Parts: sequence; C-alpha cells; structure tokens
Amino acid sequence: MHPDHQRTSLLQRLHMDGPLLLALIAVAVVSLITVYSASGEDLGMTERQGIRIGAAFFAMFVIAQIPLDSVQRWSLPLFSVGIVLLLAVLLVGESSKGAQRWLNLGFITIQPSELMKLAVPMAVAWFIAEQGLPPTLRRLAGAFLLLLVPVLMIAKQPDLGTSLLIASSGIFVLFLAGMSWKIIGFFAIAIGSFAPILWVFLMRDYQRQRVLTFLDPERDPLGAGYQIIQSKIAIGSGGMEGKGWLQGTQSQLEFLPERHTDFIFSVFSEEFGLVGVIGLFALYGFIIFRGMIISMRAQRVYQKLLAGSLTLTFFIYVMVNVGMVSGLLPVVGVPLPLISYGGTSMVTLLAGFGLLMAIATNRRLIHA
Amino acid sequence: MRRRRTTIRDHHAESALFGRRVVVALVIVVAVFGVLISNMYQLQVTQFQSFQTRSNDNRIKVVPLAPNRGIIYDREGRILAENRPVLSLEVVPERVKDLPATIAKLTDLLAIEAEAIERFERNRQRERRFEHVILLDQLNQQQAALFAARQHEFPGVSIEARLVRHYPYGESLTHALGYVAKINQRDAQRLKEQGVDANYAATRTIGKLGIEGFYEEQLHGTVGYQQVEVDIHGRSLRTLAIEPPIPGQDLVLEIDIELQRQAQQVLGENRGSIIVMDPRNGAVLAMVSQPSYDPNWFAQGISVAQYRSLLDSRHSPLLNRATQGGYPPASTIKPQLAVVGLEEGIITPDTQVWDPGWFQIKGVDHRYRDWLSWGHGWVNVNTAIVESCDTFYYDLALKLGIDTISEHMTQFGFGSLTGIDIGEESAAVMPSRGWKRARFNQPWYAGETVSIGIGQSYWTVTPMQLAVATAVVVNKGERPVPRLLRTIRDAGIELPAVHEQRAPVQLSNPQNWQIALTGMEDVVGSIKGTAHRAFKGATYTSGGKTGTAQVRSIGQDEEYDAEKIAERFRDNAMYVGYAPADSPEIVVAITAENVVGGGSSVAAPMARKLMDYYFNDDAEVADNAP
Repeated sequence: MHPDHQRTSLLQRLHMDGPLLLALIAVAVVSLITVYSASGEDLGMTERQGIRIGAAFFAMFVIAQIPLDSVQRWSLPLFSVGIVLLLAVLLVGESSKGAQRWLNLGFITIQPSELMKLAVPMAVAWFIAEQGLPPTLRRLAGAFLLLLVPVLMIAKQPDLGTSLLIASSGIFVLFLAGMSWKIIGFFAIAIGSFAPILWVFLMRDYQRQRVLTFLDPERDPLGAGYQIIQSKIAIGSGGMEGKGWLQGTQSQLEFLPERHTDFIFSVFSEEFGLVGVIGLFALYGFIIFRGMIISMRAQRVYQKLLAGSLTLTFFIYVMVNVGMVSGLLPVVGVPLPLISYGGTSMVTLLAGFGLLMAIATNRRLIHA
Repeated sequence: MRRRRTTIRDHHAESALFGRRVVVALVIVVAVFGVLISNMYQLQVTQFQSFQTRSNDNRIKVVPLAPNRGIIYDREGRILAENRPVLSLEVVPERVKDLPATIAKLTDLLAIEAEAIERFERNRQRERRFEHVILLDQLNQQQAALFAARQHEFPGVSIEARLVRHYPYGESLTHALGYVAKINQRDAQRLKEQGVDANYAATRTIGKLGIEGFYEEQLHGTVGYQQVEVDIHGRSLRTLAIEPPIPGQDLVLEIDIELQRQAQQVLGENRGSIIVMDPRNGAVLAMVSQPSYDPNWFAQGISVAQYRSLLDSRHSPLLNRATQGGYPPASTIKPQLAVVGLEEGIITPDTQVWDPGWFQIKGVDHRYRDWLSWGHGWVNVNTAIVESCDTFYYDLALKLGIDTISEHMTQFGFGSLTGIDIGEESAAVMPSRGWKRARFNQPWYAGETVSIGIGQSYWTVTPMQLAVATAVVVNKGERPVPRLLRTIRDAGIELPAVHEQRAPVQLSNPQNWQIALTGMEDVVGSIKGTAHRAFKGATYTSGGKTGTAQVRSIGQDEEYDAEKIAERFRDNAMYVGYAPADSPEIVVAITAENVVGGGSSVAAPMARKLMDYYFNDDAEVADNAP
C-alpha cells in the first residue's frame, strides 16, 4: 500500500495520469517498432522518430503543468490569434504541394491549422461553458458560427481533411454539451441531401474520379487505385498471425507507397496479423475509454467538454486512418495517430493529451 | 458571480446530461471498432487465401518510363529541338546520414556553386524526404568520373542519366519555338484536371510557350511501364515485361531556319520583328522577335539571376513582338484604306486631292501635317500610295468615318487574333466609337479619325496582323491563318498540318484590289516611290509599302530631330512587301523600333536584303516552295 501511494503521489505531483501515460508510451513503442520496419530498417529514420516522440512527450508534460483556469481564460484569445494567423496564411502563406498552409515568421515556419486543432475545441467549450448545459438555441448558433470561420478558412487553403477534423472536434463539444437530438437529426438529413449537390455541382472531375476509384479501386489498378489495392493486399496477406516483424513483403519490397506515413497501419497489419491489430485496437480503445472517464470525472463544464472532445477527435483519427487504408473510406491523407512517421501531428496530439492530463490531475487535487 | 451560482445550481443536472452523452459516444466508439475489426477479419481471415496469393504474385514492380519528346525540324529537315542525354547528381535526403556534411564534401569534390546548393535546399523543402532531389544539374565528364570513383562514400547520392531538351539555334527561334521547363504546381494541377497526370508519371518537363507549349499533346508521347521481378530483398532480378513508352510525334515547321537567321541578321541590333509568310497558305517561313533570349536556360533550369535579368530588362526580351507587340501601323495600311475608300465609293481611281503640305478640318485651326512639308500637290489614289501622301488619307479617313474604317479593317484581321499556332498572341486594338466608350468612357473626336487615316491614334497592330492584312491584298481577298506547323511525323507517316482560311474580304468591284497592288508595285518601281531607292537593281519584281510611326506626338511647331530626342521616343520604321509581283510567294512585315530614319531609309533596305537572300542566295528554297 505504501509504495503504491508513493508512486501515485509522484505522478500526481507531475500532473500525469498513470494509466493514460502508460498506454501512450506503449503506443509510442509500437510506433518505433513499426517505423523501423516500414522504413526498410533505417536506423536514422527510427532515431528521428524517437526524437520527435520525445519532444512531443515533453510538450505534453509542459502543457499538463498549466493551471486549468488559465487554459480556460486563454481559450478565446488563443482562438483569435489562430484566426489572425490563418488569415495571414491565406494572404502571405507559403505554398507547398499546391496548398497554402505554412506561415513563415522569419525565425520559424508554422502551420496555424495545427494550432486550431486545439484552439477550436477550447474556444467552443469555453463558449458553451459560459452559459451551462444544455446550450440554448442561440448559444448553439453562436458556437456554429465560431466553428465555421476557421473551418472555412482551412478548407480554403485547401486542406479539406484537416478542416473536417477540426469541424468534428467542435461538433463533439456541442454533442457532449447536450445539443438536442432534433437538431442532430436535422443536420444529419441536411448533410445527407447535400451529397448529391456536392457531386453534381461542386466537385471537380478529378475529385469525382477519386471517389469512383475508392468505390472500385480495380478500375485503375496501376494509377489511382494502386495504393489502396496494395494496401489491402498487405493487410489481407498478413492473416491471423502476421508475417512477422520485418518480414512483410508488401512493405519491405516497397510495393506500398507512403508505407511509413499514412499507410503505416497496413505495414503493421501485414507483419502482426489480426492478433496484432486487435491488440493495437485494445490499446487505442483503452486510451479513448480513459479519456472519457477523465471527462466524466472533471468538475467544471469546460473541462468536461474539452476532455471529451479531444478524446473523441483522437478516436476519429484512428477511425479515418484505419478506414482509409483498409478500403472503408476514401484516401484523405490522415496519419495513424501517434504511430505514423512525422512530427507535426505527433506534437499536436500529445499537446492535446497534455490538456487531458491537466484535467485528470486537477480533479484529484480538489479531492485531496 | 451570477454565472458561478448558475453553474453550482445546475451542476448535478449538467453532469447527468454529460454522462448520458458520454455513454452514447462510447456506444458509437464500440460500434465503430466493431465494424473496423469485422472488416479486418474479412480481409485477414475470410479473404486471406486470395490476398496471400496476390501478395506472392506481387514480386513484380511497375516502374513508369518517360516517353522521348518529339523532335522539331525546320522545313529543310534541320533539327530545331532535340533531346540530349545529361548526367545529374541526385540526392535522396532520407538516405543521407549527415546531409550538411555530405553537401560540404561534395561541394569540395565537384566545385559546386553556391547557387546550385541554394536551389537544392529550396527544392528539398518542397519534395518528400524519400524522393530524388537534383543537386547538380549537368555533370561534365570530369565531375562524373570524380564522383564515380568515390561513390561508396556517399550513400543516398547517385548519378542519374536523363534527357534534356536542347535548342541548337539558341535565341534565334525562341519566340516561335518556345521552350520546355520543369513541371510546376500549376502545370501539375492542370494535368490532373485534364485527367492526363498518369501520362506524366515519369515526365519532368513540359512545353511552356510557343510550339513546345501549343503542341505539347503531340510532342509528349505516351508513358510506358516496365514490370520488374524483384527478390525478397527488393533487388531487381529481371525485367518481365516492358510496355515501352510511345515517343512523341515529331514536328516539321514551315520555318526555314537559315532564312530566319538571315532575318535576324538583317534586323541587327534593332528591337523589333520580321515576319516572312507565304500568302497562299499562311505558312510562316521566318518569325523574328528581337531582343530574344536563350531557351536552353529554361530547359536546363533557369537560375534566379538569369530569370531576373530577363524580367528586369527594359527591352522586354520575353515579349514576342511578332505576335504580342502592339505598334501603330502608320502608313503600311494605306493600301487597305485605299481599297476601303474605293469600295465605299468615297474615292474613284481618278479622284484628285490638293495637298499643300497639311490638312485642316473645316472650321478648326489645327493643321495635320503631311510628312512632306511643302506638299505633294495634286494627288490621286495611286500617287497617294506611291509617295505615301498623308493629306490624301486624312481627307479619306474623315470622309469614311471611324466606324466604317473599323468595320472594314476588322475584316482584314485587325483587332482580332490571327489564330497562329502559338499561345502567345495579342489582338492589339482596332478602335471604334464603341471601343473608346467602353475603354475610356469618352466620345470619339473627328480629329482622331484624321489620325487613323495614317495609322496613328489608338490604332495598334501586331506585325503578324500586318503580314496577314498584306496577304489579304496580295490574295485579292483571301485571308490565311498563319501556321508554323508544316507536318506532323508519326511513325514514318507525314500528316500535313491543316492550313485554314478566315472569311475572305469580298469587294463589289474586284478591280479595286488591282489599284492597291499597282500602287504597291509603284512604291518599289516608280522613281517617286518611297522604296524605290531601296529596291533599285533588284533581280525580281516586288511590291510594298513603307511606314514611319510616331511614338510620341510632336507639338504643332516642334521640329522632329531623331538624333536629338531620347532613343525610346524615336520613330518606328516599318515595311510590308511581297514578291514576286505577278505571283507572290512571300509576304514580309518588318518593324524596327526607335530608329534614326524611317520606313524608306531603314525598313525597306532590310526587306531588300531579305528578299535578295530569298530569291538569289537560297535558290533551293524558292524551287521547293509549293
């Protein structure tokens, strides 16, 4: 009893939630193992990924120390700064690969849409918490307006994937806040009837092609369908137990494009099979479950909403990435959270978990 | 304070509501994971056999192969654009352990310039880490040997061979030929929208301007694929199948490069343009625009400094003066105006006008000067063309009125695109009342119509329009569309280019054409003709018309002295001509900007030299002409 108490209080003092921290570390280890394999046993890349993970965990640790009252108070100012930066991106941003997402501040290049991944749920949660639950119709309308501005600005860059993720992070806040089922139903119907309009009037020909390829990848096996076919072959040929670490032919022979970034889940599935996949899902499921528990235990409405939204957004990442590489969703370029090679999304995600940690430990402080 | 009280009061209800929503969310999460797992089960267990088979078969890698770009020839079969093998030094940043150190070592070894490193760094930011980035564009033999000997010290760095477009005649033909350059984001987006991006899977460059841009589709060819069997380590064992790329089609142009170079030489250091066109079918034999630049700069990857020097040059070398330059036509359009006057019945072949050296609109003080200050005396339509009498045309234009002139001149092709087969073309301006209202929101003044009579005021033309309008007179109404392309060569088969015609200019009395043509022949043949001196002793017959365009308006009492005024305010010298007079094979249109002198002293002698070359020195061309 005594040593256990000692450990808890140490984590408590560090503002860390033990179970969540353990699960995150476990996923980070999976990331390193899989990146090493997907990069063709490239130690340099694995090392760089390790450094990024370290930096991202450090960011999480720092953010977890910020008093939550400050976080809540700074929600709107942070959001406003984000809007200004997005505006700057549209006006003077640097383009890369046909999209304008980066802002050069002279000493550092930043991607304001990443900031918005945290600032939007924070601002919406703050706005709703100002009044209390459930939100009135006017509050809801205001919240939608608050949400719509950054979403449209990011969609304009154009970065449809990120803008949809940010939109869902805000909608999760409203859902958890108790937005009435009538309104939810209304939006579901509205979006459903918007789809044909989108198809006929708004989508360009190549975008329609992409959707058609998603529905039937075999219609263009060497072109647009190649990636998804190769990905499904990688997953399927992994079977129940997988081909073994470093033994995945699909990835090792470089049949699979973007195998260490967006399609890393295919590499994992090929080498570790259904057993590994279920294990990884269990890990992700645990993180999501833990996040929801933290949100339930939080005492302030703002903290509840923010913790819940961050957790559900994390879930959406998992769902979209796994869905896309296994052929359930169109390819939209969302990385597998905490595992894909790359720094930006890793830091943003763990910064979000930093907020969760702060919320989790804040509760205990009050209890103590 | 109030807010806090509310929060406390509602705390329990809020928590309960939130809790219910969390439960709903968790149910959805579990359901989604259920779907994902059942899908994985489908793939990894139910369909395992089929995917395992496909994975085992998947020892075949598909590599796209770039097609060779079509070669461009002139009408005599001389190569104008070809593909040369070039070695480049390329880096895959992801595979390099210590990039700065590697770059530093390579810089020492191969003496790489700082600018190349800069460009590499820039491209490296844009590319993905596992893609090839060019460090050194063209390795010479020595550099290649130096690197090859120590390649093992540089993992992730390799020498790659590729074909680079080369233009052997350099800046002589840039404005007609255009160039290829690296595919940029805009090109890539356009290819994607046209649905042809797969065809460019292995292609690095694309035609940007001129013939290279206009006939990109024909020149590019079709991408090929190589199927390579690989072993378990990914090493290529053998090539299983090749679907070879289909090379682009070769183009044969109407251009005669020797005539082109002669024209370039004739124009000398002057800025301006020379066009030689076959009036019968619109074939463009020469199209010079000066100053020019070396298209190989773009094909090999232009440096920032080079590009800036082109952009910043006061003389706009990037402008294709032949098709984009808007010049006042000056007296070169007098033959066409004569035809319009005759057609409208304003003048007859015998109409006489007294020229005291100036013209006045009744009741207005302003005097419009004739270039001959003491006047031409009595002039008719023939002498008005031969001696380029301004007063006759001031009078004619005023009587015709701007809208009638505009309407007829539009039929000659002024104010609209000629339709030549390059993308860079301007319509210039054929003014009218409506145009001026729309452009400046101002009424048209009679004085402006007077100036239109000698091809000044708002009227601008491109040299190509001038060549076409001259061809219309020569053809007695038929209006050809200028064509640079002669044939397309596809797998040994010659496909002739389509030579189009626009709606012809039809006269109620076709005899009127002959009056204009006789006038133009007398410009050269008659002792009083403005091009008589230039063409004295020519071995062939020809017709023509000189023109001297004011670039700046001269005050009522000011004397024009070319030597004294700023270079860019000097007159433009122009000449349009055709030869031989009885059955014309060529039309020339010459524009020389800001010269000391005018049409008869500068431009006409240029035409003489060019026609001499065409009819004497290069008899072969004359014989081969269709």
